[in-house]
Amino acid sequence: MNTSLPNDPSLRLVRDLLRVRMVEEAIAREYPKGEMRCPVHLSVGQEAVAVGTGAALERSDLAVSTHRAHAHYLAKGGNLKRLLAELFGKEAGCARGRGGSMHLIDLDVGFEGSTAIVGSTLPVGVGLALGSKVRGDSAVTCVFLGDGAAEEGVFYESANFAAVRKLPVLFVCENNSYSVYSPLGVRQPPGRRLYEVVRSIGLTSALHDGNDVFAVAATVKTAVAGIRHGGPPVFLEFSTYRHLEHCGPFADDTLGYRPEPDVAAWKARDPIIQAQDKVRDHPEFSDETIGRWRSEIAAEIDEAFAFARATPWPEQSTRAEYVYA
Amino acid sequence: MLEKSSVQMKFGEAVRDGLDVALQLDPHLICYGLGIDDPKRIFGTTAGLAEKYGNDRVFDVPTSEAAMTGIAVGAALRGVRSVTVHQRLDFFFLAMDQLINNAAKWHFMFGGQRSVPIVIRLILGRGWGQGPTHSQSVHSWFAHIPGLKVVMPTNAADAKGLLLSAIFDPNPVLFLEHRWLHEAVSNVPSGDHRVPIGRARVVSEGGDVTIVAMSFLVPEAIRASALLARHGVACHIIDLRTIRPLDWDTVSAGIVKTGRLLALDSGLPICSVASEIVAFASERHFHSLRAAPRRLTMPDHPEPTSFALTRNLHPSAESIADTVCEMLDLPHRFAADPKAGPHDVPGPWFKGPF
Repeated sequence: MNTSLPNDPSLRLVRDLLRVRMVEEAIAREYPKGEMRCPVHLSVGQEAVAVGTGAALERSDLAVSTHRAHAHYLAKGGNLKRLLAELFGKEAGCARGRGGSMHLIDLDVGFEGSTAIVGSTLPVGVGLALGSKVRGDSAVTCVFLGDGAAEEGVFYESANFAAVRKLPVLFVCENNSYSVYSPLGVRQPPGRRLYEVVRSIGLTSALHDGNDVFAVAATVKTAVAGIRHGGPPVFLEFSTYRHLEHCGPFADDTLGYRPEPDVAAWKARDPIIQAQDKVRDHPEFSDETIGRWRSEIAAEIDEAFAFARATPWPEQSTRAEYVYA
Repeated sequence: MLEKSSVQMKFGEAVRDGLDVALQLDPHLICYGLGIDDPKRIFGTTAGLAEKYGNDRVFDVPTSEAAMTGIAVGAALRGVRSVTVHQRLDFFFLAMDQLINNAAKWHFMFGGQRSVPIVIRLILGRGWGQGPTHSQSVHSWFAHIPGLKVVMPTNAADAKGLLLSAIFDPNPVLFLEHRWLHEAVSNVPSGDHRVPIGRARVVSEGGDVTIVAMSFLVPEAIRASALLARHGVACHIIDLRTIRPLDWDTVSAGIVKTGRLLALDSGLPICSVASEIVAFASERHFHSLRAAPRRLTMPDHPEPTSFALTRNLHPSAESIADTVCEMLDLPHRFAADPKAGPHDVPGPWFKGPF
């Protein structure tokens, strides 16, 4: 497995992006069989933010995330077999089947947890950064959020405390313009830019294209270096777009809640297509390379699904375990 | 080296002493809350700690109950324990998502990989016009949630001992301290004194009626038992000390012993801790009961502010003694001591405002 991981960081980004996409598409394909019996929020279309960020973080850095966390978990290095086993509700799942898709964790790679309530992990991430500061370790904590979370009161509280105590925290906001089916236009006044609001709170902030994995990786790398060297916390807003429904394996644009020209324009800017176009002239890249990656990744995914199906359920008798430490 | 000596101190001083000991024992422990190093020092309970341990460990914070609770969760995940404080419990309602969805569930929902050792001090108000939103005692809400522990100490020694146990417990613990108990004096062991969480205390042994109480209602029950003793009635008083996990063994023994149960609760009646105890008695000890179990709680409405409207609002020694006499078919009824001070303060030491 992973026999042809490219050494070139650009190619590695392209391959990692493809891998996350293929995992999400495999989940979408298999989901209707009814074996993954929990809500899933897929990242198809938004993967570049996760992959670029994951590439710019050290393994010892920390991350927390949201209900839409598969891509963040994988990009941080989270174990694929344990992700799928978790979706299947199995004991070998990353949360022993107690959490499902919305509660992912892989402590081996610093993925400290994703949770289901919008905005809920924002202060938890800031607290991890406070903990790092108290203990004197050099970890930077990355807090993934969406545009909806930035409307929660706890977001402003968390960003404020990060600024006032100058904590080593990076907020990475995937702005896909929709909170479930509610567009930004009904949620925020026209002309407001979230990153500008956040700047006024005291964080360094910027807005970038979230569908350009190279831009994401470069931006996050610079931000993390600044934070690690004692700079203020950073908020990066990335514009991106969700291809599938808010929750579930299908497309939902037949519902008409998003303007058709928007959907077409964003799909034309698919991060996978853009990334592959950018490395088209790379000497180690060709259609053959893509084909090889696809078959390697497909084999890895098949193996992970086989594992998730075969590995045992949690015992009924353990249902009440882990309530208290 | 554990010191075996003890000193007389007030409840509030014992809280401060417990924090001091914990800050010495755990070099990463942090304490924070709005006003923790302001001139009033949380009713004196954090006096001198910022000076002694520095502002990196004992610090004032923004007015952000939700985030500051989630931040405690995150810090705990990174190995940093904390004691946070809210000068009134009522403000802490802003933090329910962080408490219930994160602190209480983190260990469970990630399959036991990380626990959340945090302590949240919540000060309960009463009287002097604290009114609808400065006087709520919702320990039963918290006790409803698996994953939380809830303690309500009554005296200074238990305040220190339960606080230290809470701080070094691997789980989130809510530490509910009644403002009216802050001046209560008792002997407090020096050094690392711990009182186990989950164990009630039998305050007095009596054969006629079992009174289960918590927090400020324990001293009221003790006063009631003195009134009743004049009429030959002996009370078996249990101070719960911990609300979750509740010490059912001690409660059971008390119910079986007297066959008469009066459950007191400083909160509202519906779905209260007292309701749970009466349900437990009815289900488990029906054949031991010699009278219908009773509850005394706040009335089922918010606490008003006016001095006139708060008279006889809370269970008191007199209403407790009256209820016991009803249960025993005794004719005695008790009026408040005419020489006692105003009903809305715990004693002359309390001059308001909160």
